Amino acid sequence: MTAITSKLSTGKNDLGLLFKKLWAPFSMAPMLGWLVGALVAVLLEYTIGPYVAWTLGLAKIPVLFGVLIMLETPILFPSAVLYVLIIYIVPIAFVAWITTPLANNLAGRLLDLRPWLAVLVHLGLFYAILQLWAEINDYRLLIVRLTLISIMLTLSLNVVNGYMGEFSCSHPGFMALGAYAASVFTLTLFVDDRTFGPPLLPPQLGPLLFPLGLILGGGVAALGAVIIAVPSFRTRGDYLAIISLAFMFIVKSLIENLEFVGGPRGLGSQPDWANLPTVFAWTAICIWITNNFVRSTLGKALNAVRDDEIAADAMTVNTRQTKMVAFLFAAFWAGVAGGLFAHVLRYVNPGSFGLQKLAEILAMLYFGGLNSVVGSIVGAVSFNLVSEALRPLEIMKWIIIPVIFILVMIFRPSGLIAFTEFKVLDWIRPKNRITE
Amino acid sequence: MAFFLQNVVNALQWGSFYALIALGYSMVYGVLLLFNFAHGDIFMVGAYVGFFVATSLLLLVSYLGLVSLPGWLVLVLVILVAMLITAFVGVAVERIGYRPLRQAPRASAAITGLMIGIIFETGNLALLGATRLSFPELIETTTYTVGGVTLTNKRIMIVVVSLLLMFALHQFVQRTKWGMAMRAMAYDFAVVPLMGVPLNTIAALTFALGSGLAAAAGILFGVAYPVLSPYMGIAVGWKAFVAAILGGRGSILGAALAGFLLGFIEIFVATIFPSTLRDLIAFSIILVILVFRPHGFFGEAHTSRLRL
Repeated sequence: MTAITSKLSTGKNDLGLLFKKLWAPFSMAPMLGWLVGALVAVLLEYTIGPYVAWTLGLAKIPVLFGVLIMLETPILFPSAVLYVLIIYIVPIAFVAWITTPLANNLAGRLLDLRPWLAVLVHLGLFYAILQLWAEINDYRLLIVRLTLISIMLTLSLNVVNGYMGEFSCSHPGFMALGAYAASVFTLTLFVDDRTFGPPLLPPQLGPLLFPLGLILGGGVAALGAVIIAVPSFRTRGDYLAIISLAFMFIVKSLIENLEFVGGPRGLGSQPDWANLPTVFAWTAICIWITNNFVRSTLGKALNAVRDDEIAADAMTVNTRQTKMVAFLFAAFWAGVAGGLFAHVLRYVNPGSFGLQKLAEILAMLYFGGLNSVVGSIVGAVSFNLVSEALRPLEIMKWIIIPVIFILVMIFRPSGLIAFTEFKVLDWIRPKNRITE
Repeated sequence: MAFFLQNVVNALQWGSFYALIALGYSMVYGVLLLFNFAHGDIFMVGAYVGFFVATSLLLLVSYLGLVSLPGWLVLVLVILVAMLITAFVGVAVERIGYRPLRQAPRASAAITGLMIGIIFETGNLALLGATRLSFPELIETTTYTVGGVTLTNKRIMIVVVSLLLMFALHQFVQRTKWGMAMRAMAYDFAVVPLMGVPLNTIAALTFALGSGLAAAAGILFGVAYPVLSPYMGIAVGWKAFVAAILGGRGSILGAALAGFLLGFIEIFVATIFPSTLRDLIAFSIILVILVFRPHGFFGEAHTSRLRL
C-alpha cells in the first residue's frame, strides 16, 4: 500500500503534489496503525453500520464499498460515497494518524522482541478485520474465500510461469485433480452420501482430518504434474504450453468419463469445512512457504533456468531437479486450492476447470506481475474485486474487464508489480526507524 | 471398407476446418513469434460476417429480381466478401492489440489476445442477443452414394474449397514478393526489418491472410453446421491451435497436415469408442506425439532463448 502510493506521489504535476500534501500526515503511520484503523472501521460497520446506512437512505449496508449500489441505482451515488467516507475512510485515516507514535513504538517493540511474533500479531489483526468484514453477510464471506483461493492459484502459477519462465496452461487440471481427490476423501470417509455410501469414520473427526484431505488433493495434483514435468526436460516454451494444455483437456475429459465421481454431472454435498479461518490459514501458509521457496537457493535456481538454461546447467544448477520441484510445488498448491474451492462451493463439475478458468488464472497472474509474490496477491485480489464490483453491469462487464486488461498490458507490459521481492518485515516495520 | 471410407470423408471435412484455422495461427507465429489467441474468435466473427453478407446478398438478389443467380455463385461471393471484411478485422486486432506490444514480453501479448477474444464473444452477445442465428441455405444438398459411401455436394465443396485456399496460400507465400518477405521475417525476426522489409506491413498482411482463412473456415462451418453461436470459436480455435503446434511452428504445410490429422483422430476415436472419450484419447495421442517429437512434425529444434 505505502509502496504504491509513494511511487505515485513522486509525480511532478499538481495532482501529485496535492496527493503528497494529503499523504504527508500519514507517511509515518506503520502497518500496525493502518490495521488498527481498519479494525475500528469494520467494528464500526458491525455495530452502527446498519443505522448509518438507514440514515443515508440505503436499504442495507453497501456490500462492496458501495460500488454495487452506485452502478445499480446511480441516484444513491452520494449516499454510497458518504457511507464509505463515514465508515471506512475517515475512521481508518483518523486512527492511523492519531495512533502513529503509539503504533510505531509498539511495532518496534514487537519486532525487537520476536520478529515472528510481530508477523503473527499483524496476521491476527488482519484476520480479525477480514472475519468481521465478511461476517456481515454470506456474499462477502463467499467472495473473500474465493479471493483467497485465487491468491493461492495465482501464486503457485507464478512459480512456474513467472519464476521459471515457462508458459504452463495446466493449472485448471491440477486444480480439478485436487478438488476431486479432496472431495472423494471427505465424501467417502465422513459423509453419508448416495454415491459413496455411509461414512467410514465418525463425522466428528472430519474437520480435524480435513487438512489431510487437502494434502491428499495436493499430492494427487503433484502426481499429475509429473506428466508435465518430464517432457519439460526436453522442451520449453510453446511446446510445453501445448503439452500442459493437452494435460488440462485430458484431466477434464477423464473426470467427465469417470462415472463414480459423477461424470459431467459433477460431485456435490461436500461438507462445509472450508470456512474462512481454514481458507485464511491455508492461504497464509501458502504465501509464507512460497515466499521462502522463491527466495531460497532452489528459488534462485528457477530464475537461472528461466534466464538461460544452458548457462544454469554449466553453473551446476541441476535443471531437471529444479523443473521437477517447481512443477510439483506449483501443482501441490493448485491441488490444495482446488480442494478448498470444492469445499467452499460444495459442488464441483468438470466444466468449471476448463478454458475459462485458465483464462482467469492467467489474467490474474499477468495482470499482477510475474516473478513477484505481491504482484500475484494484488492481481488475484484486484481481479476478483473488480469482477464482483462490475457485476451489476451484467454483460458489459466482460467487455470492460478485457479492456482494462488490454490497457494494463499496453502501458505496463510486465504487469502491475513485477520482479519484486516480498519482504514481510519491511512491510510491518515501524516507520520512525531508518531501514537497515 | 465402406465404413472406413465414410469416416475418411467425414474426417476430411472436419479436418479442413482445423487446417484452415491452424494456418492462421501458424503464419502469425512464423512471422511475429506469438500466438494470436483471438484467432478462434476471429473464426467466429468470420462466420457471423458471412451470415450477414449472405442474408443481405439474398435480400438484394430477391429485391432486384435476380432469381436465377445460382447458389454456388452466391456462396463464392459470400466467401470472398466475408474474407475481405474479416481480414480488416484481423488487421484491426493486430493494430490495437499486438503492435503496441511488439517489445513487450510475449506472455503479455498472449493475455491481450485472450482478452480481445473475450471482447468479441461478449460484444457479439451484447449486440445480437442470445438467440442463435442459423446460416442461410445457399446450396441445396444433393446426396451421392459411391460404393456404400455417402457423399454430399456440400461435403465435397468444403474439402475442395479449403484445399484450394491452402494451395492459393502456398502459392502466395512461395511465389510472390510479399510471401518472400513473410518467409524472410519468419527466418529472422530481428535482422530482416533492418534490410528494409516493413515489419508492420508484413505483420498486418499476415493477420489479414490468417483472418481471411479463418473467415472462410467460419463460412464453411456455417454451411455444414448451420447454427451459429458466439462461443463457437473457443473449442475449435484451441484445438486448431494445438494442431498448429503439432505441425511445427511456422510451418504452413505442417499446420495443414496436423489440422487434417486432428480431424482424423477425432472422427475415428468418436466412431470406435464412445464419443465422450473423444477429447481424452485425442489429446493423449497428441501428448504422446509431442513427448517423442517435441518440436512437431516440421518444426526445427530451437534451442535459442525464448522471449516468454
